[in-house]
Amino acid sequence: MNSLLVAPAIMVGIGLFFGTVLAIAQRFLRVDEDPRIEATNELLPGTNCGACGQPGCLPFAEKLVAGDVDPGQCTVSTDEAIEQIAEYLEVDAGRAEKLVARIRCNGGRLQANQVAEYRGFEGCRAAAVVSGGGKGCSWGCLGLGDCERACTFDAIHMNSNGLPQVDMEKCRACPDCVAACPRDLMELVPLNQNLYVQCNIPLAGEAATQLCKVACDACGKCVADAAPGLITMRDNLPVVDYGSGAEARPEAIFRCATNSIVWLEGEQFQDQESRRAGVG
Amino acid sequence: MKALGLLRRSFEHGVHPAHHKGQTADLPIQRVPFGSHYVMPLGQHTGVPAKAVVATGERVDRGQLIAEPGGFVSTALHSPVTGVVTDVGNHRDVDGRFAPAIAIEADAFATQAVDPKNAVDWQSLSLDEFISAVQMAGIVGLGGAAFPAHVKLSVPDGVRIRHLLINGAECEPYLTTDHRLMLERPEALLEGAEIMRQKLGAEETVIGVEMNKPDAIGVLRKHIQRGQPVRVVPLKVKYPQGAEKMMIKSVFGKEVPAGQLPRDVGVNVNNVGTIVAIADYFLRGMPLIERVVTVAGPGVTYPANLVVPLGTPVRDVVKFCGGLKPGSREIIMGGPMMGRPVASLDVPILKGCSGILVFTEKETARRREYPCISCGRCLEACPYFLNPSRLARLSRSRMFDEMKELNVFDCVECGSCTFACPSNIPIVQLIRTAKDDLMHRREPDA
Repeated sequence: MNSLLVAPAIMVGIGLFFGTVLAIAQRFLRVDEDPRIEATNELLPGTNCGACGQPGCLPFAEKLVAGDVDPGQCTVSTDEAIEQIAEYLEVDAGRAEKLVARIRCNGGRLQANQVAEYRGFEGCRAAAVVSGGGKGCSWGCLGLGDCERACTFDAIHMNSNGLPQVDMEKCRACPDCVAACPRDLMELVPLNQNLYVQCNIPLAGEAATQLCKVACDACGKCVADAAPGLITMRDNLPVVDYGSGAEARPEAIFRCATNSIVWLEGEQFQDQESRRAGVG
Repeated sequence: MKALGLLRRSFEHGVHPAHHKGQTADLPIQRVPFGSHYVMPLGQHTGVPAKAVVATGERVDRGQLIAEPGGFVSTALHSPVTGVVTDVGNHRDVDGRFAPAIAIEADAFATQAVDPKNAVDWQSLSLDEFISAVQMAGIVGLGGAAFPAHVKLSVPDGVRIRHLLINGAECEPYLTTDHRLMLERPEALLEGAEIMRQKLGAEETVIGVEMNKPDAIGVLRKHIQRGQPVRVVPLKVKYPQGAEKMMIKSVFGKEVPAGQLPRDVGVNVNNVGTIVAIADYFLRGMPLIERVVTVAGPGVTYPANLVVPLGTPVRDVVKFCGGLKPGSREIIMGGPMMGRPVASLDVPILKGCSGILVFTEKETARRREYPCISCGRCLEACPYFLNPSRLARLSRSRMFDEMKELNVFDCVECGSCTFACPSNIPIVQLIRTAKDDLMHRREPDA
C-alpha cells in the first residue's frame, strides 16, 4: 500500500516544484506584449498571403501597431475591416489604390497558332522548359493554369479559350500569380487604368501576326490616336504611360486591328467586341 | 585479379536502358548535300551569346568568322556555307523561343570548300594563344552540353592536369556518332588527342569506350603507335557512363566532389567529337562548322549517320533521310534520355546536337501515372546519390527553396530516375521545372 503511494507522491512533488518555478518565472521574467497586436491580428483576414510585403498577418499587425504601415496596405481585407482597424488603432486608413491582376496576352486557343502538341504533365513552367510548349508564340500565355493553382483566393479560372479569367471581386492583388507565371505575363494594374495592352510579342508586322491572330503588329495607330505622349512604342509594343498626365480616352483603341490594346472597365476577355461597339 | 579490375571499371548506381544502336551502328558517315537556308543562333553554346560581326546583305565564305565571342565563357561562330547573310535578327531556336541568330542563304554555285591554308601551327603557340585559338575556332563540347572547350583548357595556377580523358562512352541509346567517328577517323582522334595532351602537359591520354563497341576499341588499339602514351579503357555498359564525373570514377576510381570540376582531380575530359574538331582546326584549318549527327528512331525511313553543316534546318536533314514515317509523333534533339523535343521542324542543327530521333505514337504515348510507392528505385538509380522521389514531391508542392537544400543543382538531369520509376512519375521534368523556377524567378514588385 505504501509503495503504491510513493509514485503519485513523487509526481505531485515534481509537479508542485515546477509549478512554483513557472509561477515565479511568470512573475519576474514576463515580457509585456502589446495587447493591441493580438486584437489587430484578429481583425486581419489571416490568409498570410504576403500581398502587403510582410511575411504574414501577425508581422503586419506588429508593424501596424508600431505605426510603420497603414491598414490600407492590406489589400485582402474588406473596406469595413480596414475602417475597423483604423478606428481601433486611431490611425488614418490610408486606403491603397485598388489593384487587379491582368494578363498581358490575349492569344487563347482560338487565336494563337499551334505548332506542336505538348503532352507532358500539366503546368505552364513544365511546358515552358520543354521547347516552350506547343504555341508558336514564345512570349504568350501557355494556358496550363499555373496562375490558377497559385491563386490563394480562388479568383483565377481558366476560361474555355485557355486564358486565365480573373474574378475582380475575389482578386486581392496579392502577387502569387505574378510570381507563378513563367512568361511574366501577370501584372497588378490599378483598376482605373482602363487602357491596357494585352500582347507581349516583341516582333513587328507579319512576323507577329503569323504567330497569333491577335498579336500586336506594332502598327502604331494607337500611338497616333491617343493624346500626345500617352502611348509610346517600345520593343514593338505600345506602352501606356499614366504618369505623363495626358488623358487616356477609349479613342486610342478604335483603329486597333488585332484587339491587342483594349479599354477595360471590368474583367478582361469579357465580350470585348460589344464593348468596343459600346464605347464608340 | 582481372575480374576485380573489370568490376572497378564502373561507377555506382545508374540504369541499363536498351541501347537500340543496331539501326545505325554499321552505317558509314555520309555527307548531307548543301541546302539553301541556314540559321546560326548566337547563343548555341553554354555561356554568353556571341556577337555578330556581319550585317545583312554581306557575302560570307564557308568557314568565315560571322560572330565573335561575347565574353570568356563564349565562343566564335563561323559561316557553315558560302552565301549571303539575309538577316541578323530573331529566329526560332531549338528551345522553341525566338533568339538572336544570323540567317544565311547558300550560294548554289559555290564550291563550299574550306581554304586549307588556314591551318594553324599549333606547336609554336603558347598555352594562352592556344586557348584563344580554340575559342576563335568556335569549338565546344560536342557531347551535348555545348560547353566552350577553351574554358576547360584554362587551368588555374597550381592545378596540374595529369590525364586527358577522352569520352567515347556514348551511353545514350540510339546515338552512334562517336562510335562511327572512332571507327572512321581514328587517326584524327589520336592527332587531336596528342595536340591536347601536349598543350595541357598531361602524362597520358585515356580513351574510355563502353564495351558494347568492341570494333571501336580494336580499331583504336591498332592505330596507337608503340610508345605513344595512349590507353584505351573498355568500360561497363551502363547509363550514364558518359557523364564526365561518372567516367572519372570508372576509369581512375576517383570521385569528383560536388561543386568541383574534373580539373580538381587532375583530369581533363573531352568528347571524341571535340577532339576530332581540334584536329580538324589545327591540322586542316576547318573551324567548327559541321558535326556528325545520328538520325534514327522508329519514325525515320532511312536512318543514317550524317555530317551536317551547322544551321541546317531539321526539316532538310529529315528529308534527306527519306522523310518521316506515317504516325511519327515526336522529334527529339539529342539522345532519348537527355535530349529535348523540338516544337518545329524549322529549328536548326546546333553545335550541341548529337542526334535527331523520331518516335511514333507507340513510344511516346504518356503512360498512366501512379502514386509514388516509395520503392526507392530512383534512389538506387541516381548516379549523384540524390533523392529524386523527394525532390519530385517537393516540386509538385512548389516547395522549390527546400529543394535547394537537397542539392537539386547537383542534378544533371540524366533521366535515370524517371527511367527507373515503376509509377511513371515524370521526375526529371518536375526537377527541371523547379530548377527553372529557382533560376528565373522574378521577385514580385512589392
